[in-house]
Amino acid sequence: MKAHGIVHKYGDNVDTDVIIPARYLNTSDHKELASHCMEDIDKEFVSRVKQGDIMVANMNFGCGSSREHAPIAIKASGIGCVIASTFARIFYRNAINIGLPILECDEAAKDIDAGNEVEIDFDTGVITNITKDRTYQAQPFPDFIKEIIKSGGLLNSLKG
Amino acid sequence: MGMTMTQKILAKHAGLESVTEGQLIKAKLDMVLGNDITSPVAINEFNKNGFDNVFDKSKISLVMDHFTPNKDIKAAIQCQQCRGFAEKYDIDNFYDVGNVGIEHALLPEKGLVVPSDCVIGADSHTCTYGALGAFSTGVGSTDMAAGMATGEAWFKVPGAIKFNLTGKLGRWVSGKDVILHIIGMIGVDGALYQSMEFSGEGLKSLSMDDRLCMANMAIEAGAKNGIFEVDEITLDYVKGRTNRTFETFKADPDAVYNRVIDIDLSEIRPTVAFPHLPENTKTIDDVGEIKIDQVVIGSCTNGRYSDLETAAAVVKGKKVAKGVRAIVIPATQQIYLDALRNGLLEIFVEAGMVVSAPTCGPCLGGHMGILAPHERAVSTTNRNFVGRMGDVTSEVYLASPAIAAASALTGYISDVKE
Repeated sequence: MKAHGIVHKYGDNVDTDVIIPARYLNTSDHKELASHCMEDIDKEFVSRVKQGDIMVANMNFGCGSSREHAPIAIKASGIGCVIASTFARIFYRNAINIGLPILECDEAAKDIDAGNEVEIDFDTGVITNITKDRTYQAQPFPDFIKEIIKSGGLLNSLKG
Repeated sequence: MGMTMTQKILAKHAGLESVTEGQLIKAKLDMVLGNDITSPVAINEFNKNGFDNVFDKSKISLVMDHFTPNKDIKAAIQCQQCRGFAEKYDIDNFYDVGNVGIEHALLPEKGLVVPSDCVIGADSHTCTYGALGAFSTGVGSTDMAAGMATGEAWFKVPGAIKFNLTGKLGRWVSGKDVILHIIGMIGVDGALYQSMEFSGEGLKSLSMDDRLCMANMAIEAGAKNGIFEVDEITLDYVKGRTNRTFETFKADPDAVYNRVIDIDLSEIRPTVAFPHLPENTKTIDDVGEIKIDQVVIGSCTNGRYSDLETAAAVVKGKKVAKGVRAIVIPATQQIYLDALRNGLLEIFVEAGMVVSAPTCGPCLGGHMGILAPHERAVSTTNRNFVGRMGDVTSEVYLASPAIAAASALTGYISDVKE
């Protein structure tokens, strides 16, 4: 499995309130949530994002509220993978559980710039920055999490 | 190798003799919680995946507290969906307008969590119940759906930071100031993936309300859970609220901690977190002149009876400053009733404050006190992120009920004047 796209770059402590503000949490409709994704820190994101694009951020991505609406909004907006130096733990769980690929890689998070073209190989954890002609090695998932992803999310894995 | 308190509770719920940091386990759950925002997503997933029963109707709590009384049609539809699910599966602990309170004030009050329980909730502040000596952590809606269906959840066993508390809090200083001080010290990711374990002789001076407030904000340091050693204060609180029996666990003397931090409670000053992160703390002595437009006293952090009592003691016989809108939100119906019977609500109204029905409301920018561009609020809530309480240019300063009440009287962020 691979992802390939253009990078949208953010800083430290991107919280779930800015990923999807609470004023839009009166719906669980994926498309409607996506239409407000990142609105409070990046108004242009929604018009700029293309299917398959990559989101890159620094420390503690997805901190704050446990709202699953946050990874849902990111996924439904077309983002194919989020790379960060570290993730807040609830966001990490939620992303895995709903099948939004995420990778922890400090080196990539620091080196990749907005607008770079990036390719990710999920089997090997290798992130290739095509623009800068560099590669970075992400932490591979533990087997337990690979199983959840392979079965298409947590609930599917339970039915197995 | 010794285990932390959290590790002992997790081992017990996983049916294992012992666990170590980093180990992946499946644990049995004593309570699965959701609210009117997160439950609809969980219910959709539950239905979509063809589950047709819940694991235990007495171990699920659905609490309609965020956008209630319904703030708009969409919010009303979300509650309607939860109501339908609760009826269908005959959920024991379904709380709606009339008996609802803010979830993390309500569940302890109703005796729905006891020491050594293992609890998940689709709300990040589910870590609050660590004040009772339970393992309790926030998850998302899919985890909640899985929990409702199976009664189990997977966890990576956390390591821990130990907070060794000594001394006694000064006058007008509370658990809120302690936890803001700690977050200021270790940062918003200072306890990422870890437990925060609170122990030491200083515990004796921390009331259950102080502990609930501190455990509540463990997530604001990135922690998986915050947990307090069980003592007489815990047992007194739980007594009369539940018929359940429970074991209590203490960390092993040789438990391994990633970090040990000593805190002398007598040195803690009233503390304020500046926009836009809870780690941007200053003591009240260093805040300078900050003019405010609104004060909010309430939330799962500081909407309990003693919080209202403190605020009332500060504003009694005085008036809110011109140009300040002060909103008081008792966290549960019981707290509302106690505040009514003991004259606190009268004190607030006479001071020019408004008293709201129990709701999360303005804390997350839902309703009941949204900020206009460039407005500033002093709030006893737990988050001050960009746009959290309203417009993206508005600002939230997090503080204790004493500081919030004192600020309402002066119109500037202020300490209590004796």
